[in-house]
Amino acid sequence: MYITGLVSILLAAITTNNFILSKFLGICPFLGVSKKTNTAIGMSAAVIFVMLLATAATFPLNKLLEAKDMAYLETIVQILVIAGLVQFVEIVLKKYIPGLYQALGVYLPLITTNCAVLGVVQLNVQNGYDFWQSMVNALGGGLGFMVAMIMFSGVRERLEGNEYPKFWEGLPITLVAAAITACSFLGFTGLVDGIFGA
Amino acid sequence: MAEKKTLGQEFSKGLIKENPVLRLVLGTCPTLAVSTSIENAIGMGVAATIVLICSNIVISALRKVIPNKVRIPCYIVVIAAFVTIVQLFVKAFAPSLDASLGIYLPLIVVNCIILGRAEGFANKNGVLASAIDGVGMGVGFTIALTLMAAIREFFGSGNLTLKVLGYGTTLTDIFHLGETDVLTAIGLEPILIFILAPGGFFTFGLLMACANKVAESKGKPKAELKGCEACPMAATCAMKADGKECAE
Repeated sequence: MYITGLVSILLAAITTNNFILSKFLGICPFLGVSKKTNTAIGMSAAVIFVMLLATAATFPLNKLLEAKDMAYLETIVQILVIAGLVQFVEIVLKKYIPGLYQALGVYLPLITTNCAVLGVVQLNVQNGYDFWQSMVNALGGGLGFMVAMIMFSGVRERLEGNEYPKFWEGLPITLVAAAITACSFLGFTGLVDGIFGA
Repeated sequence: MAEKKTLGQEFSKGLIKENPVLRLVLGTCPTLAVSTSIENAIGMGVAATIVLICSNIVISALRKVIPNKVRIPCYIVVIAAFVTIVQLFVKAFAPSLDASLGIYLPLIVVNCIILGRAEGFANKNGVLASAIDGVGMGVGFTIALTLMAAIREFFGSGNLTLKVLGYGTTLTDIFHLGETDVLTAIGLEPILIFILAPGGFFTFGLLMACANKVAESKGKPKAELKGCEACPMAATCAMKADGKECAE
């Protein structure tokens, strides 16, 4: 069943194959922008938006390159398309939809070099997904990114103001907190196979 | 003589003082993702080092030609080209490494170390200095990656694969343990979670804390996720213009 396949891709991308907590894609924003829940939501919304756009834009190009037997150019084409797209979206939003630009635009430049976006495009190629499977994978990856960001921003708000040994302050204790958050996602292991059969 | 000394410093600063992973906090994604075995870590480190050296050389040679406004896309194209070359080489000569690194090999394109060095060093310095900087930073990255992989692999599986490109040995072979691992042999159990994702975060935090401790004893500031000054996108970033910082 095609639809069931799509749902299982979506669920897997959010939970068992969570981009941040099990694939380690997009760690920089995860550690950098997760201090406040608002910024975490804004950043993840921008990531979802760019992931979907990038997938839609690179999918036909990948097919074209494969047809022309130039698949080795994929990485260059993908990163160029993503970089160009992000710039373009930023300009368009700034000019025509200032409200949305205020909410998402500020995060856009950071996303060009975000491994999560190039990662989702590469994963789609590697897994041989068709167009809708790719889009659903991008959506799931983005939503999973959002879930992890929001969860972790909650954890970090609790971390603030506590006392640690001096050399654990800042990044080290944040990473340990991330480890515990990632542990909670281990609980999803087998979930998708359990629901949809292996 | 004076210049030679500075080149030596360009090299050595990347190893410890400005270690890209543990001091500058760059390239965290590949560090966490491929540090499950020493073999992967060394493969990743060497691949990234080659890309870093080549892109540093080309970008620094072109630094007066590339228009300032479009420099980031230019850098990305140069980096992506070298990544593709390295990827093809790895696919041809080390297919098993290609399989175990998976998407993280093409993702070297967005490794912040490489873009960060292009923006932070190669576009201000000469070709030779940039090349040396690339070697130093690359070796520093490889060392940090290997150290992390050693900890994770040893505690997670009780074994160490002391291999490069499939040649070499493993810790269990050295002690002739056959199917059992070193930890089981001394009456302990491997901690599986070290190989899994949470172990990556934990080990990284642990190493970072150790690095901070050492830095503190030398009177240096502790490592932070840098704000805007270290970010390669700083020049075009709207958050900075709004007076906000991404790592606020």
